[in-house]
Amino acid sequence: MTNSPTTPGIVAGRLAPQAIAENFADIAPDFDPHEAAVAADRCYFCYDAPCVAACPTEIDIPLFIRQIQTGQPEAAGQTILDQNILGGMCARVCPTETLCEGECVREAAEGKPVEIGRLQRYATDRLMANDGHPYRRAAPTGRRVAVVGAGPAGLACAHRLAMHGHDVTVFDAREKPGGLNEYGIAAYKTVGGFAQAEVDWLLKIGGIELRHGQALGRDVTLDGLRNDHDAVFLGMGLAGVNALGVEGEAREGARDAVDFIAELRQSDDLTKLPVGRHVVVIGGGMTAVDAAVQSRLLGAEDVSMVYRRARDRMSASEHEIDHAATAGVRIITNAQPVAVHGNGAVREVEFAYTRDNGKGGLESTGETFRLKADQVFKAIGQSLEGAPDGLTVERGKITVTGPGRTGLDGVWAGGDCAAGGEDLTVTAVAQGRDAAEDIHARLSA
Amino acid sequence: MANLASDFAGIKSPNPFWLASAPPTDKEYNVTRAFKAGWGGVVWKTLGFDPHIVNVNGPRYGVVHGADRRVLGINNIELITDRPLDVNLREIKQVKRDWPDRAMVVSLMVPCEEEAWKRILPMVEETGADGVELNFGCPHGMSERGMGAAVGQVPEYVEMVARWCKANTRMPVIVKLTPNVTDIRHSARAAFKGGADAVSLINTVNSITGVDLDLMAPEPTIDGKGTHGGYCGPAVRPIALNMVAEIARDPETAGKPVSAIGGIGTWRDAAEFLALGASNTQVCTAAMTYGFGIIKEMTAGLSRWMDEKGYERVSDVVARAVPNVTDWQHLNLNYVTKARIDQDACIQCGRCYAACEDTSHQAIAMTEDRRFEVIDAECVACNLCVNVCPVEDCITMERLPAGTVDPRTGKTVEPGYANWTTHPNNPMAKAAE
Repeated sequence: MTNSPTTPGIVAGRLAPQAIAENFADIAPDFDPHEAAVAADRCYFCYDAPCVAACPTEIDIPLFIRQIQTGQPEAAGQTILDQNILGGMCARVCPTETLCEGECVREAAEGKPVEIGRLQRYATDRLMANDGHPYRRAAPTGRRVAVVGAGPAGLACAHRLAMHGHDVTVFDAREKPGGLNEYGIAAYKTVGGFAQAEVDWLLKIGGIELRHGQALGRDVTLDGLRNDHDAVFLGMGLAGVNALGVEGEAREGARDAVDFIAELRQSDDLTKLPVGRHVVVIGGGMTAVDAAVQSRLLGAEDVSMVYRRARDRMSASEHEIDHAATAGVRIITNAQPVAVHGNGAVREVEFAYTRDNGKGGLESTGETFRLKADQVFKAIGQSLEGAPDGLTVERGKITVTGPGRTGLDGVWAGGDCAAGGEDLTVTAVAQGRDAAEDIHARLSA
Repeated sequence: MANLASDFAGIKSPNPFWLASAPPTDKEYNVTRAFKAGWGGVVWKTLGFDPHIVNVNGPRYGVVHGADRRVLGINNIELITDRPLDVNLREIKQVKRDWPDRAMVVSLMVPCEEEAWKRILPMVEETGADGVELNFGCPHGMSERGMGAAVGQVPEYVEMVARWCKANTRMPVIVKLTPNVTDIRHSARAAFKGGADAVSLINTVNSITGVDLDLMAPEPTIDGKGTHGGYCGPAVRPIALNMVAEIARDPETAGKPVSAIGGIGTWRDAAEFLALGASNTQVCTAAMTYGFGIIKEMTAGLSRWMDEKGYERVSDVVARAVPNVTDWQHLNLNYVTKARIDQDACIQCGRCYAACEDTSHQAIAMTEDRRFEVIDAECVACNLCVNVCPVEDCITMERLPAGTVDPRTGKTVEPGYANWTTHPNNPMAKAAE
């Protein structure tokens, strides 16, 4: 190895293979039975538990923890998956500190919640390690449903529909199913190919056909899908990426953070994945954190994450921001990009400090500064792209009512592309599941 | 500083904490370690005649765990010492010589014949031991052979053997009682009637700690079979507290020396037994769970508490609470309390609500924003909410002052004292009129 964190430019192999392997190891490894027992014993089995109310999929958390206590983690896993078929992934990626664990009464009592997320992983991992699949299809109904997008919303919807006996075809633009579970999310949260393993496990229910490379608007149309199916569920996520709208953002070395993360997730050898010496990430959400932290883990010498508003407005959770800071990411707030400078390739990013303009917006203070950059990751949000005609889109999301009903008869939507809820895996699962139940009710009527 | 020195039926020890007759006191090695750690005395594990008994070669103990595998209770199917009599006697003599200030009491169990006791008592006396404890309590194994609890469950036998022992030794005689009887007072009375200097209690409670559902056999399991064993540890402490108190307030035995045994593991446990009439305490399960080091907490804790309360000697504490142990019929029915929830301390787990709503009196309301509030008109002051609340002192029982109206009954709380014996609903009270 000849490269190091201080090698100029965007190069691979800044760290020794062993160091990279350690950096990208499972960040919250599976509990062993002893750890699980100790953690489970802390649950108070609250009445009408706040943790359940805080879970978008409303998993019966006290029940599953009690099932772990009584020595039946597989039963606990079933309790979880009954509500959230992607409970395994959610156990790994949910911002539990703002959901279930944030509401745990032991957070109030001792500032240390029951480790619900890790207990959930303990339970689901054990159930999913069993042979076979714990759910069975109802008798075939002969009804056909198209699902667009094989991400969390689409998969949850497809599984629930298949369980009810409907025939489901899932269309996805990418080569692999999983959506952001496969192409987004920091690698150290879902190691060992878990995303694909989970999809494979989910499909064992049968009755679900996956079609890859099928983008809505390019390879299939909503009208076509409606003609061929009894119902359509749209869960294609947000394929567009917001642009900075500043001079020089197309320079070599500046790219969308989601692409970098996807490339990283698809890499089978991270020592061959190039990263800059000086990395600047623009944005304050989970995508920004994941791009910044993973740049550091690949060996970038310095990584700055720059957000235009104050820290408390960042959409990344406090826990994630702390994690980034611990990983050595420099967090700069109240600064927005003005220009990306360079001679062909990126060399610097110029920022202007901002302040509240008193009308809910931002204004420049007039003071600017420049950060060295070989590589710039843009992470200021994704947007809905190519929403089919006939759907109402408000503030960049498909308008839905109730359990994901769009304005078009027979068309439902859920996940990041639809309005309502946070853009989280667990929210997408809940919306996909609930839409499936509504579709089933309609088809059964 | 409080003086922890103890004089129990003439047996002196630097503190009132002895190790009970059990595995921790079976050998010179263990007992020496205990004395080095600071224990005030030991009751040497029960001796019997040679050929010495044998133990099972599989598990001897079963356990009941609480949260985080905290040991709540252990049961055992171990028998008396399984080492030759002369080895034990030699070691007892040596330890007593090395540790003259510590209490050395020797537990004994021999067949229910006077000759047997006559034979063994001089051997113990020869060691220089301070006293003997008659093991009339072991509920397992030895009882099948007519010893242990088989003797302790028959008051006439207890009295008879106590008398034999008193007639054949100058040493103080302590009779260890089994709790596996319906009324402990009969056993205690019999012991003292036979001349015993003191009683110790409780021995272990007959028990099965669990069932192996694969083997379909009780635990601990020996080659697919199990047998009842003796249960001890924190789980049995309430049973022991009551039995000690029963003896302390029985006119026939009140004021007699009682050595308390049963789930004692902290200074507080010990203080509670002393307050209910015990003169000293014996410990086993806590030592078996945590090792001998716990004695430092027990002595320091008892001493500090006595200083805080102004008690100079252990005897100042003994039986302090006994006058307040009474019969149900004498409890004050004019003492009216209501649960009060400290909203600042409440962590909103809702266990009080579930307990009250599902299993009690529907006296706790839950608001939209998860506040839990007591409904005085329903609260009977049962205390269940206090018991199930995970936060200490978050829920308390507060007394309604005399003259206020209890919203549940609509009656004005009367000043003064009134109990069941005078209550109009008591047919006996009416009959007495």
